[in-house]
Amino acid sequence: MKEQRFVRETSESKRRILILSFVVGGIFFLLLLRLWHLQILSADNYRNMSENNRLRFVPVAASRGAIMDRNGTVLVSNQPSFSLAVVPQEVENKDELLDRLAKLLGMDRAEMSERWEKGKGRAKYYPIILASNISRDQVEIVEENHLRLPGVEIEMKPVREYASGVLAAHLLGYIGEISEDELNAKGFEEYNPGDYLGKNGIERSWEKELHGNDGGRQLEVDARGRVLRTVSESYPTVGNSVVLTIDARIQKQAEKAFGDQAGAAVAMDVNTGEVLAFVSNPGFDPALFSGKMPADVWKEYLDDKRHPLENKALSGQYPPGSTFKVITALAGLEDGKIDENTSVNCNGSYELGSSTFKCWNKHGHGVTNLKKSLRESCDVYYYQLGERLGVDRIAAMAKRFMLGSPMGIGLAHEKAGLIPTAEWKLKRFGKRWFHGETLPVSIGQGYVLMTPIQLVSMIATVANEGNVYRPYLVKRIVDADGKPLREFKSELMGTTGISADKFKLVKQGLFAVVNEPGGTGAAARLSDVHVAGKTGSSQVVKLRDSKQATPYQYRDHALFVGFAPYEKPEIAVAVIVEHGEHGGSAAAPIAGRILRAWFDSKKPPKKEPVRLKGKGDEGTDDEPEPPAKKQGVNEENADD
Amino acid sequence: MIDRRLLTNIDWMLIGFVAAICLLGIMNIYSATTPYKIVGAPYYLKQLYWVLFGLLVVTVICSLDYHILEDFSYWFYGFLIILLVAVLVVGRRSMGATRWLSLGFFNVQPSELMKIVIIATFAKYFTSVQTVNGLSVKDVLFPLGILAVPVLLIMKQPDLGTAVLVLLIALSIAVYVGLRWSTVVTFAVVMVPLTWFGWAKLLRPYQKDRILDFLNPERSRLGSGYHIIQSKIAVGSGGVFGKGFVKGTQSQLRFLPEQHTDFAFSVFAEEWGFIGCLVLIVLYLVLVLWGLNIARRCNDRFGSLLAVGVTAMLFWHIVINMGMVIGLFPVVGVPLPFFSYGGTSMITSMVGIGILQNISMRRFMF
Repeated sequence: MKEQRFVRETSESKRRILILSFVVGGIFFLLLLRLWHLQILSADNYRNMSENNRLRFVPVAASRGAIMDRNGTVLVSNQPSFSLAVVPQEVENKDELLDRLAKLLGMDRAEMSERWEKGKGRAKYYPIILASNISRDQVEIVEENHLRLPGVEIEMKPVREYASGVLAAHLLGYIGEISEDELNAKGFEEYNPGDYLGKNGIERSWEKELHGNDGGRQLEVDARGRVLRTVSESYPTVGNSVVLTIDARIQKQAEKAFGDQAGAAVAMDVNTGEVLAFVSNPGFDPALFSGKMPADVWKEYLDDKRHPLENKALSGQYPPGSTFKVITALAGLEDGKIDENTSVNCNGSYELGSSTFKCWNKHGHGVTNLKKSLRESCDVYYYQLGERLGVDRIAAMAKRFMLGSPMGIGLAHEKAGLIPTAEWKLKRFGKRWFHGETLPVSIGQGYVLMTPIQLVSMIATVANEGNVYRPYLVKRIVDADGKPLREFKSELMGTTGISADKFKLVKQGLFAVVNEPGGTGAAARLSDVHVAGKTGSSQVVKLRDSKQATPYQYRDHALFVGFAPYEKPEIAVAVIVEHGEHGGSAAAPIAGRILRAWFDSKKPPKKEPVRLKGKGDEGTDDEPEPPAKKQGVNEENADD
Repeated sequence: MIDRRLLTNIDWMLIGFVAAICLLGIMNIYSATTPYKIVGAPYYLKQLYWVLFGLLVVTVICSLDYHILEDFSYWFYGFLIILLVAVLVVGRRSMGATRWLSLGFFNVQPSELMKIVIIATFAKYFTSVQTVNGLSVKDVLFPLGILAVPVLLIMKQPDLGTAVLVLLIALSIAVYVGLRWSTVVTFAVVMVPLTWFGWAKLLRPYQKDRILDFLNPERSRLGSGYHIIQSKIAVGSGGVFGKGFVKGTQSQLRFLPEQHTDFAFSVFAEEWGFIGCLVLIVLYLVLVLWGLNIARRCNDRFGSLLAVGVTAMLFWHIVINMGMVIGLFPVVGVPLPFFSYGGTSMITSMVGIGILQNISMRRFMF
């Protein structure tokens, strides 16, 4: 029965089998086609992916180059720092682990948890840093409890060590983790997230030299991220070291001289432009910026009225006050408006139109020539000279000193200062220049602004009688073994074109400021070397009379610029003490101490015993012995 | 019991293809399990024991006339339904699903046996149905009921892979018997609104999400998506000639999931490349075609249907497993017959081969 019925359908069912066979063949062909696509057409692509799977690149950060002073004293170097890291994929119970870590190490659980969350989404099995800069004790605790802390690792990397603490903090700068913006910027292509780089100061300007070349290890890992073996390894190259023009001894003395006062000082070799000291006070602790900045210290920095984070030597712009009289005087000499004998009678003020311009000495200086005008800083002399010159001639002289634009010292954020002209005012305010506005300019007030770098450059140019050298901070680059790679030479930016005899006249005045009775800068006097200079004070707020109880932030800035030795200048210095009121009492003593440190450093073997005057015999009239403080107080009047 | 005539008709080709695939499988398992920590007998050895045991099963099945299945298939069916219900009630849970029934010394997976039983049941039913112009809607209502009960029970475990396979096997038999166009169209017309209704009204959002993840694994890069990507990397990086025996990085470093069972083919493709895959696929192709040939040569309708069903079972396992490994299909736990490590799969497949051998040997008896 069954068989009979089946026979009728047999031929049909055989046909069906044939069709099914073709269908089966077709589907198997499709599988082969897909394999062809994967294994032949896309093979390279997948092979790369399998290599990426298998190989993990672990960067090894290059040790950063050191920063040294001109004598090879190390200012910044490296020391190992330990971080607590975790590989999330190897952790079974995150909460339990965090609890345990917080308890064992006494660390903030919430902060670790936050870092953990932030670190997610990175490459698998890549360690997330939970805490940087942990102590050696904490490292030991982690290592002792290793078995109870699965997935936890200790990472070691070199961090910056500042041998002298806060010394030259603004100049050296600090390093920090690369920011999002920097990562996307040009020139940072070789950096990876998490890399450290210079954020400020020398660390930033010389990043390319200091950084070195990172190395790395190519590791073979399994699917769980366990390292099986090292496939290849490239060693990091240590960064080059930067040798500064700074002398750490002078720098240290300069910072000490400031004490608690806010301000800036720059000392420079008058014949080369090498910067010997570069101070912005108060400083900060650069090490805190590379590691973990404690919140209270950070708040302290921000709240401090003296603005410790500001680099005043580089970015501070101050009215130069009476120090600017040097420029006005030279403009007058160059223009033939005055000579050494031209005299003015100062009776304490000067009338121009309906305005009265006061001299700082309300009793007046009497008959005043060029030398006396500088020595006693008579304002009326310069009011009259300024009026005769006009603002543009003063500005032209300032331009010969390359003032009004950045000196190009080689640090980011250097400011330009401001030398006003009639044209400038028209452009800036849309108003023409008034005659009465020239008078404050001629004594360095009004619109005039200069940076401490410009101040020192100005006085150095006076000292060397006309050469404007570019101030520079880096003497040479050396490799890790100390072998010099690049040497930086002095660069002459230009000359003023003023004859030496005119400079001599001004310099005689500057000598008198420090060394003659009635001079305002006696506090800068040294026992064994002749110092020349000019005091200044610049108004922060216009015209106040109540002298006693001026709040700190309204007090005048005190300035001193000077050079030494008078006969054969070597070093120039500019000091500004914010709200120090009188250049002669606040700034000049600091300048004196900086110069003292310089001359002491030049004769190292027997500098301790020899404290009395050496050869000084010419111009020194009254007691030369105590160099700074006392005299400054005597001459308290200073200039105003 | 076995007469001489049968012995002379032994289908050596069938045994040969299966043996060849089994040997490649054992070799591949050796490589795939190299990175494992082995406790007791190594996997490849255990697989060899399963192969030998499977051949014993084939021999036993051959000694009985397959028509026994025709007589008892409905009984088997009923018995298995009871077992499937029992699984849901007292079954052993493992890996989020209840599939096993513990018989004390022995664990059975009734859903696996159901693959064979549904073939026998359908074969018996369609042997008795008169079809001149193909199956009408009325003709398929009863088999549909027979199919729906085990499929729903298996899905409840849940074991989607097996449920789909049982469905596909049954459908293949029905297609071989022949469906009228009107039947196909009717089903399409009923299924479309039913599917829409189920999707829009019955499923919760998270269930929809799961289905979407399942259909498109790259939606979730960490779950099954990760496995698919790693498997494609393994296969693709094998290139033309492969990375060499025990030299596949994806497998040796354990980037592959389940690399000795469901993803065994992935290991093979990485280490032997396109050439190796070509050899293996051709072996499977001739095995399937040989199964169809057995069905064609069989002069008995029940035997022919049975042979088509068993061949369909092997075919769908192969296609679904390979399709998953090379990223064409979603990840379902379907092993590659004779190739993946595992006793259950080996025995089910060998039972199928036993049935095919049985039919092939007795082709001249009717």
